[in-house]
Amino acid sequence: MNIIVCIKQVPNTTNVQIDHDTGRLKRDGVESIINPFDEYAIEEGVRIKEKVGAKVTVITMGHPQAEAILREAIAKGADEGVLLSDRAFGGADTLATSYALSMAIKSLGNFDIVICGKQASDGDTAQVGPGIAEMSDIAHVACVKKVESIDDKTIKVERMMEDGYDLIESSLPVLLTVVKEINNPRVASLKGKMAAKKAVIKVLDAAAIGADTKKTGLNGSPTQVMKIFTPPQRTGGEKFTGEPNEVAAALVKRLSDLSLI
Amino acid sequence: MTNSIKVLNDKCVGCGQCAGACPFDAISTVERSEHPKKFKLAVIDLNKCTYCGTCVQACNFNAIELAKDAHQAGVDKSEYKGVWVYAQQRHGEIAGVVYELLNEGKKLAKQLGTSLSAVLIGDNIKSNAQDLINRGADKVYVCDDPIFIEFQDDPYASILTQIIKKEKPEIILMGATNIGRSFASRVAARIYTGLTADCTSLEIDPETRNLQQTRPAFGGNIMATILTPGHRPQMATVRHKVFKEAKVEEGRKGEIVDCKVEVATLVNRTKFLGFIKDSSSNINIDDADIIVAGGRGVGKAEGFELLEELAEFLDGAVGASRAAVDSQWIPYSHQIGQTGKTVAPKVYIACGISGQIQHTVGMNSSDIIIAINKDASCPMMQTATYALEGDLYEIIPNIIKEIKSVRRD
Repeated sequence: MNIIVCIKQVPNTTNVQIDHDTGRLKRDGVESIINPFDEYAIEEGVRIKEKVGAKVTVITMGHPQAEAILREAIAKGADEGVLLSDRAFGGADTLATSYALSMAIKSLGNFDIVICGKQASDGDTAQVGPGIAEMSDIAHVACVKKVESIDDKTIKVERMMEDGYDLIESSLPVLLTVVKEINNPRVASLKGKMAAKKAVIKVLDAAAIGADTKKTGLNGSPTQVMKIFTPPQRTGGEKFTGEPNEVAAALVKRLSDLSLI
Repeated sequence: MTNSIKVLNDKCVGCGQCAGACPFDAISTVERSEHPKKFKLAVIDLNKCTYCGTCVQACNFNAIELAKDAHQAGVDKSEYKGVWVYAQQRHGEIAGVVYELLNEGKKLAKQLGTSLSAVLIGDNIKSNAQDLINRGADKVYVCDDPIFIEFQDDPYASILTQIIKKEKPEIILMGATNIGRSFASRVAARIYTGLTADCTSLEIDPETRNLQQTRPAFGGNIMATILTPGHRPQMATVRHKVFKEAKVEEGRKGEIVDCKVEVATLVNRTKFLGFIKDSSSNINIDDADIIVAGGRGVGKAEGFELLEELAEFLDGAVGASRAAVDSQWIPYSHQIGQTGKTVAPKVYIACGISGQIQHTVGMNSSDIIIAINKDASCPMMQTATYALEGDLYEIIPNIIKEIKSVRRD
């Protein structure tokens, strides 16, 4: 079985602070990490491999530095890393990104399951996973919280919904986007770290994956950013201190003045 | 031609304004020893640049030149007319966000001088069509067939794509629900058009008829306005509670169109096997006007019983930070923040939540934030609308008591 995991490098927001003068994220010294949801995608790929036997290939699209997250994924159990890097991929929206990733997946040969994190923490769109599935002409199930069973033709999964979950069966190949509940990602083992160090990362450009550069990057993006601005920042409000009954009474008064209770 | 951007060496003074303004961290300043005044020079990393133009606006010296490729392949836009709302139903019930989209869609249709239509896909759902007309739809396309009884991406995406190709609307709005976000992207990819996620504001440019779609990015730290200038329809998903609901106008006149469903043309590679309802809450977090959320400061699983009591009392839902979920005090479906849900209720009560950015990105667009915490210096207490310093186990019972007495009066 061949499993492809698509991941993205994003700025680590753990220690990110807001510059109160400009209202922007302070980027100085902010490291890049694997998108948090993608950690669960990698882990699920490795778990399926351990269960039924498979090769796990991780793919990312980005600038050359993004190689680091592929090595990290290999340290956590993936077998191979593929980096899509080309100026022609720059400025891609979700559609052009989906196209490039689907072409890369196709160029790698046969596959059974593609796994993506539900969404990336920088763009927050959740659009690329289903977009890849459409462009690869395969089924997809979004927001998967559990893989119930899998054989060489079908997979049964639980799909998280607002009011509970749906049980869905799909034929293979299929693309899954996964949520945090699906697993607890492992820490890289020493053996994994050694493998990551030695791994040769395959770097592919637009020509190598047979992509039409009219459909990649900015050229292939129907959406365009018109402007970017900083929203007004939340500033502190009213503070209540004192005995519990006093602060509670003060709050309830405010809420009832606003007709909220 | 492709897009191009360059820094004019003779005008750049190396002040770094552009570097600070760039949302993509694509600009740095480098030393320029050959410059007579030793001015630095801004350098743009084209691998990171998205040609958004923020730096051009930030530069006081007109030192950055941006040329956008205006000759992108597109469609004949004049063929596309009308605003559509996808009238999502689940288990036969129309989603609340649909009424909000009808209200906003009506405004957009009016500005464009066109009509508002709703698309209803399901099994045995035709009786809902008049409800959508009463909420402002001029026309309702009904796709009624047993194949649509439960949501599956393949048949839903196929039928919606078919009627879009036939009727050619210029705008399609969908709820940013699990269903909407799952298949909108498939539909947009099949039609090959732009889709903008989670919009919080929609405006029309009357000249170009372009929809200006504003959405938060980087967890709400920046806002971006996005256009789909060359392609149609312009597709957008919108979160629940962003716009106000359309009012009901009983007996309003509208047209109901029965769409022919040819099941043989609908690919379906998945099978729906069952639905298991979340029994841990009566009100789901995405629909709640009031959310009572607990974090590390709650300290134990039993503590959530107190939060539930307050939530139930306020007709609200219970949320949680990642710390509380990871401690297994409450299921993941309640998690709010970066690896959980994003919510924007009228009132968000954060109990024992310090307010790390991974949590606040999921709730900072709530109207009113109330923080209850022993630590007055934590970020949540610093930014809350109302910050209550003290022990949540002492304050919450008092809040319940107070509300009871206010309600009695």
